[in-house]
Amino acid sequence: MRFAEEFRSRELVKSIADRIRQKCQKQWTLMEFCGTHTVSIFRHGLKSMLPDGVKLVSGPGCPVCVTSKTDIDKILALCDIPDAIVATYGDMMKVPGSKFTLAEKRAQGADVRVIYSSYDAIELARENRGRKVFFIGIGFETTAPSTAAAVRRAKEMGLQNFKVLSLHKLTPPVIGALLEGDCAVDGFICPGHVCSIIGAKPLEPIASGYGKPCVVAGFEPGDVMQAILMLVAQLEEGRSEVEIEYVRGVTYEGNSNALKIMEEVFDITSSEWRGIGVVENTGLVLRGEFADFDASPYVPQQIRSEPDPPGCKCGDILRGEMLPPDCPLFGRLCKPSSPIGPCMVSSEGSCATYYLYARSEKWMNL
Amino acid sequence: MCLAIPALIVEKKGSWAKANVGGIVREISLELIDRPADVGDYVLLHAGFAIHKLEKEDAEETLRLMREVFG
Repeated sequence: MRFAEEFRSRELVKSIADRIRQKCQKQWTLMEFCGTHTVSIFRHGLKSMLPDGVKLVSGPGCPVCVTSKTDIDKILALCDIPDAIVATYGDMMKVPGSKFTLAEKRAQGADVRVIYSSYDAIELARENRGRKVFFIGIGFETTAPSTAAAVRRAKEMGLQNFKVLSLHKLTPPVIGALLEGDCAVDGFICPGHVCSIIGAKPLEPIASGYGKPCVVAGFEPGDVMQAILMLVAQLEEGRSEVEIEYVRGVTYEGNSNALKIMEEVFDITSSEWRGIGVVENTGLVLRGEFADFDASPYVPQQIRSEPDPPGCKCGDILRGEMLPPDCPLFGRLCKPSSPIGPCMVSSEGSCATYYLYARSEKWMNL
Repeated sequence: MCLAIPALIVEKKGSWAKANVGGIVREISLELIDRPADVGDYVLLHAGFAIHKLEKEDAEETLRLMREVFG
């Protein structure tokens, strides 16, 4: 058992698709919350196997895409602090702020380092004690515990020059926020690795309160197809429950060890999501006892971000109200080589995924 | 960004381990894992941290469900 290849068999995926076809009587719109699911759906051509009754829309589950322009501008402002090292995951490098991207900032001379793990930033801080290392904490619940671990480590080591700009976001409350709006989604393909940390339990209010079935899915093509089958079965049978398809990666209660360290280091606050706005209880800030490691005091108070370029529909796309090809800029002015909106920047942004995998006329209509 | 991939632990020392990730062996942290993992175990690896121990039985259960005809 290698835990991945076994779930990629074309025949297996096809047989699940056949069962979806048998089961599906009505029209259903399902949202894959997570950008990694969007990529899997396109990479493996899953949409072409689905019956007409199942429509998939992408959600706001790409941390880079939902980071507000103000927050990007905050990162860029940190680059201007003398002797600063800005340590970030690679996904952030090409996202446009009001004036520049981090990659452009680096080209202008800023010390921006792409790292793989939060502990790489700890290492940078240890090696450069005379300089401040600003670690950009971005990502959902999957990534937040690793930032928390780094903060705790910095405290243990007395690394006062290690600072975190926490842009972490929490997922279940934002699904609720979407449903309070105009989101015409019948069920959710829920993010597997977020739920490896938080468990499936926090999705209960979506299923019971909003009456929208939730299935936590893995990322192999068999996993995604099986999750769609489970959702269609629930909808056709009039059920609305939280189910786990990704049994090998997720438990109902989650990872108590990771949740504990998140609670130890972070407080929950509101957070601004691009395209959605400020959502209560979806952000994480460092708790008072870790204030020495908070980068926020180094960010200039007055950051005036410019509005999104005219025509950019990233907001509508992130809310699942529009598909990327319907944006007037898509593929014309906005391309991965010259992105205008964040959804075209990130490799997991829905626009970039559509552009990469689905530019032909046939696919555009899906 | 929320990608986590299966990695095989090949060496372990306290809360650190070496894991084979698609043929490349790299150092990973076991600090955030949900249950104890040892050499020979597969874990889900995300940004240098093992976040979940994978169990063969769980994977087989899903495969069995997927293969069920007319489930």
